[in-house]
Amino acid sequence: MATKPKLFYFRGRGRMESIRWLLAAAGVEFEEEFIETTEQYEKLQKDGRLLFGQVPMIEIDGMVLAQTRAILSYLAAKYDLYGKDLKETVRINMYTDGTLDLMLMIALAAFKPPAEKEQDLALVVKRAKTRYFPAFEKILKDHGEDFLVGNKFSWADIQLLEAILMVEELDASVLSDFSLLKAFKTRISNIPTIKKFLQPGSQRQPPPDSHYVKVVRSILHF
Amino acid sequence: MAGKPKLHYFNARGRMESIRWLLAAAGVEFEEIFIETPEDWNKLRNDGYLLFQQVPMVEMDGMKIVQTRAILNYIAAKYNLYGKDVKERALIDMYTEGMADLNEMFIVLPLCPPDQKDAKIALIKERTTDRYLPVFEKVLKSHGQDYLVGNTLSRADIHLVELLYYVEEIDPSLLANFPLVKALKTRISNLPAMKKFLQPGSQRKPPIDEKSLEQARKIFGMK
Repeated sequence: MATKPKLFYFRGRGRMESIRWLLAAAGVEFEEEFIETTEQYEKLQKDGRLLFGQVPMIEIDGMVLAQTRAILSYLAAKYDLYGKDLKETVRINMYTDGTLDLMLMIALAAFKPPAEKEQDLALVVKRAKTRYFPAFEKILKDHGEDFLVGNKFSWADIQLLEAILMVEELDASVLSDFSLLKAFKTRISNIPTIKKFLQPGSQRQPPPDSHYVKVVRSILHF
Repeated sequence: MAGKPKLHYFNARGRMESIRWLLAAAGVEFEEIFIETPEDWNKLRNDGYLLFQQVPMVEMDGMKIVQTRAILNYIAAKYNLYGKDVKERALIDMYTEGMADLNEMFIVLPLCPPDQKDAKIALIKERTTDRYLPVFEKVLKSHGQDYLVGNTLSRADIHLVELLYYVEEIDPSLLANFPLVKALKTRISNLPAMKKFLQPGSQRKPPIDEKSLEQARKIFGMK
């Protein structure tokens, strides 16, 4: 009898958010244990459930999986969101590596002092506008299809939408020069599982605030 | 007729080195096109070869693949170094990602300001002996096999051995309490393809020197 996957992380986006998105998009219900105290975290470590002593961690299919990308790859393959052959998979990997780079910049900026944080986030917007979004706009233009890879919904589409929405939180006009990405955003947002996830009350987490930063700093000691 | 993979990068380890190791371990001959001047760098970008304006980039099987992990995943899958099923692949990915985190610390070390270097090296040593090597020692002990996953050579073994050479460059004594990891290093190093790659004159790159670092800075227009 399959139990629901269980996610272990702080109550916030961080490195777990892309995993939440992927599960939600695949229509998979999941449980979460939010780490809110040092005692909780230390217990997980002492119990040997965190391979390298870190989160994200997910219990799924009888395994205890750590490392964000290992988890994402496993889920993408399991839910048939990873392309039909090696050539499609490598393109999905290229695109998701790029969008994950961008989103991790945002996640890490939250922990910087105010002036540096502002600089980092400005760089994120710049990179989005000059490096990442032009690349994805071109990909969509070149094949004219609805999805990034293989004319089929994949992990690459989910993560690009996630990245677009995150960058729009920093600069609402960021898609103004990218008409195909605008249409893409609408199209993917309307996929039923994603539409549901985008509604209030879902397991989607809000942007990091000072409370989240405080909790994570105190537990991870930095 | 498929030509050899072509690697586009600087004449240095950086983010391309683990790709060189994996190709070498798979017995795949490859060519390298080194970025040596700002003109080389501009041409590569202006010709539209780099999806996100970054290297590493590998031309292979009619594609221009970027993003280190995408490249490594492709090579591993193509040459059967990625486990036999999804569960083995998940283990390989977990171990590999941990190794990549430690390897990242080595990759960025040359760029570290001189006054922070000692602290960074101390952190690398601590992570090596407290976080990463204990895990791999435990994995090897738990199954008693010659390889990390599935009793077969996989990318996880190659990446770990590469990392162990870097650990040794910093401090050979760090491996002292990890006999099974040490034995894996010896065993993998003696595989014919690896033995060849470990010899002088192979495409393996040495630690970066000040001159190459200066050249890289110039290419990027860094201060």
